[in-house]
Amino acid sequence: MEEKKQPLLEIEDLSVTFKMYDGGALEQKQLQVISSLSVTVYPGEILAIAGSSGSGKSLLASAILGILPGNAEVEGRMIYEGKPMTPDMQKKLRGSEIALVPQSIAYLDPLMKIGKQVDGHKKPYPTQKRKGLFKRFGLPEKTPELYPFQLSGGMARRVLVSTALVEDARLLIADEPTPGMSLDQAKEALSMFRQMADEGKSVILITHDIDLAFDVADRVAVFYAGTTVECAPANDFKTGPEALRHPYSKALWRALPQNDFEPIEGFQPYAGNLPKGCLFGPRCSCKTAECENSVPPMREIRGGEVRCIHAT
Amino acid sequence: MRTSSRIARLFIENILKMVLLLFAVSIIAFVLVNYSPVDPVQQYVIGVGGVSPEQRLQLEEYWGVNDPPVERYMNWLSALMHGDFGTSLLYRRPVIDIIGERFVNSFALMLCAWLFSGIIGFILGCVMGMKKDGIVDRMVKKICYILSSVPTFWLGLIFLLVFAVELKWFPLGFSTPIGMLDEDVTIWQRLHHLFLPALTLSLMSFANIALHTRQKLIDVLESEYVLFARARGESEFSILRRHGLRNIILPAITLQFASFAELFGGSVIAENVFSYPGLGSAVAAAGLNSDVPLLLGITLFSTLFVAVGNMIANTLYGVIDPQIREAED
Amino acid sequence: MKKINRRTKVIIFTIMIGVIIIGAYIAGILIPDSGVAPDFSNTKLPPSFSHPFGTDWLGRDLFLRTLKGLSISLTIGIMASLISGAAAVLIGIAAAMGSRRIDGIINWFIDLVMGVPHTILIILISFACGRGMKGLLLGIAVTHWTGLARLIRGEVLQLRNQQYVAVSRKLGKSGSWILVHHLLPHLLPQFFVGLVLMFPHAILHEAAISFLGYGLPPEQPAIGIILSESMKYLSAGMWWLAVFPGALLVCIVLLVDRLGDNLRMIIDPYSAQE
Repeated sequence: MEEKKQPLLEIEDLSVTFKMYDGGALEQKQLQVISSLSVTVYPGEILAIAGSSGSGKSLLASAILGILPGNAEVEGRMIYEGKPMTPDMQKKLRGSEIALVPQSIAYLDPLMKIGKQVDGHKKPYPTQKRKGLFKRFGLPEKTPELYPFQLSGGMARRVLVSTALVEDARLLIADEPTPGMSLDQAKEALSMFRQMADEGKSVILITHDIDLAFDVADRVAVFYAGTTVECAPANDFKTGPEALRHPYSKALWRALPQNDFEPIEGFQPYAGNLPKGCLFGPRCSCKTAECENSVPPMREIRGGEVRCIHAT
Repeated sequence: MRTSSRIARLFIENILKMVLLLFAVSIIAFVLVNYSPVDPVQQYVIGVGGVSPEQRLQLEEYWGVNDPPVERYMNWLSALMHGDFGTSLLYRRPVIDIIGERFVNSFALMLCAWLFSGIIGFILGCVMGMKKDGIVDRMVKKICYILSSVPTFWLGLIFLLVFAVELKWFPLGFSTPIGMLDEDVTIWQRLHHLFLPALTLSLMSFANIALHTRQKLIDVLESEYVLFARARGESEFSILRRHGLRNIILPAITLQFASFAELFGGSVIAENVFSYPGLGSAVAAAGLNSDVPLLLGITLFSTLFVAVGNMIANTLYGVIDPQIREAED
Repeated sequence: MKKINRRTKVIIFTIMIGVIIIGAYIAGILIPDSGVAPDFSNTKLPPSFSHPFGTDWLGRDLFLRTLKGLSISLTIGIMASLISGAAAVLIGIAAAMGSRRIDGIINWFIDLVMGVPHTILIILISFACGRGMKGLLLGIAVTHWTGLARLIRGEVLQLRNQQYVAVSRKLGKSGSWILVHHLLPHLLPQFFVGLVLMFPHAILHEAAISFLGYGLPPEQPAIGIILSESMKYLSAGMWWLAVFPGALLVCIVLLVDRLGDNLRMIIDPYSAQE
């Protein structure tokens, strides 16, 4: 199905570094939270970025939108529709071509009513469209008159998804959109994402729910300690470890309850405390001395990409 | 319906608290002035001069000097209940009349200072918060720190020196031109006299509100909902207008209402520097001249004033903030 | 431009304050009364080399008089802060460790003290003590403990719920043992910073109240009294009487206030506002 299309968004070697002050004394520290990350999104597909919490997934969304805090430094390249992204361009794209589905209710102004909030700041307000969306999501009539703290968890999710859908975006970045929704609601939301993708738009689904990623996405990028270790068609993940390339992806697959339910030993390293060479090295069963030399580059293998020197 | 009954309940609760507070303050104040080594009768005799021994006895009876303290307190309290605050030794007139008259002056002064410090402080706080660590922020922050280290009365003295003595832009004091009848004074003359004291008083509380607003705005700007607003393409100005003001104005107004104690305390000082005939200059004079009825009267009145401010602050939160409004329902 | 480390800043502030306070204090004691005696051949002199702050209408040297006044103000400020700080710790701990009832009463009492404008309350207390040093000290002490007491109460309540305190209790340690070994080490820095931050307020109130005429007699001139006297001579153009003593006071208050704020940020970088 993959004819060679022009990617909508290409990210190459993206690194995000925070300058931090340590405690009360002014000792400056560099903290690299995303390191040499590469990922590509094509029109008409859902790309899942899957990884456990603390791996820097949410910051990726901020980096794409250009809304990282002032003490963050971004290196690498982001190319949108063949043009390199500049801060000016990001400013124009935010809220028009690229929309974000935020993670939680904390992303809504606590003192603004839902209706006004979903309509956003741009005139004319998309009130009719919003009403249609709310209806489709089965949100109660009174929802627009409520304040965020009055929403139940499931309602909040649907409202959050609506904020992105009222904007006619070409790229949707959804940051953990489904927890708290019922199965039906989650399916409804995901089917809307699917529908958007089928209309030729792109969706980046950031999630820690690997199952979900396999199910709805076309391709899955596995995220570990601030970078992608593998990027492969979702089908490979359904097939099993033999179709996968990176030891971490294989281990993740095995850790799933419906598979071997076998936890991965060790902990994900935190930014500022990263191991030398391959980031997964210390937890990897196929680790050799070479692994410590440098961070392995992304390689293409069997229609996917992997960051491992031993992968075949 | 629910809202109005809730407000009524809040209101009654607050009134009860206020009455209890006033009662407690009346006891404490009464005990304090009774503990004082100054003898009010003696003070009165010195003040008036030529008092015969019979008159003195009459006075002692009037003051109830020979009654036990509890009885004296009860007498005083029951008089208070009937609206009788006693007669001022200093001004030879009912205390309640003096408080009424002077409060009008103090109120004008405090209102000007309150509005001025509130509005300017809030605007500056917003500017500082928006441009955190910028030149304006750093400068205004330093000014705020310095202002909160300057004694009110010294600032008043310096203003007098510069604007009244050297530049002669403003009068040296009082609320009206000296030697003029009250009804002949124009509103402009009143404002002219009010300006320096009000400026002095407002500069004292302005640092507080500016720094508070700055911090609140910074918290809001670092919040996730502002991050999301940015992600939706809102400009910084739109963020301030749509999210910033919405979330910081109520705490700021509440803070202003809750600062009536500092405001009144400051006005005591400012009025004394500028010989402004308000409650503050009256209370200082009352203490110095052992005018016990006036001292007690103004103490109670100032407590009432502060309590009303606190009550407004509490009620405001309960009525306006939807989160509290909902939680109470 | 290199930013100065906060620790360095605190050290600089401390040294500056130490030098000024100790200097003023010692100077105030060392200066004999003859140094500020009236000298009618040198009245109303503007600032000069021999009289850096000028002289007043009695020919007293204003610089020496200010130093003497400052040492009195500093003494009152420090003593009032100490009394107030000690009260705050005791009351704060009592509120947090005592029964709910005690806590309620103390909280109500704090509201009570904050419900009367401080200036008025100090005037009342000062009046009750027949004016003079005692009333001034007591008045300032009574009005300044509330904030620190609330802070300490909150801190103790939080510490009480810590696991290691619960474990100590299970191990059979007595309340006072826990207080000494677990609570006081945490409270000490809070107390110290609270004290430093209280001092500028205390000294400002002291100045204001003695400016109003309560407090010490004119022979023992606190800064407030010097400034109050200067008011009569403002229109005569003797600006130096008001400017210099006040400016010196502002410098000291500002230094101590900044020191306190920086200390607070060192002990508690997260909750401190910058």
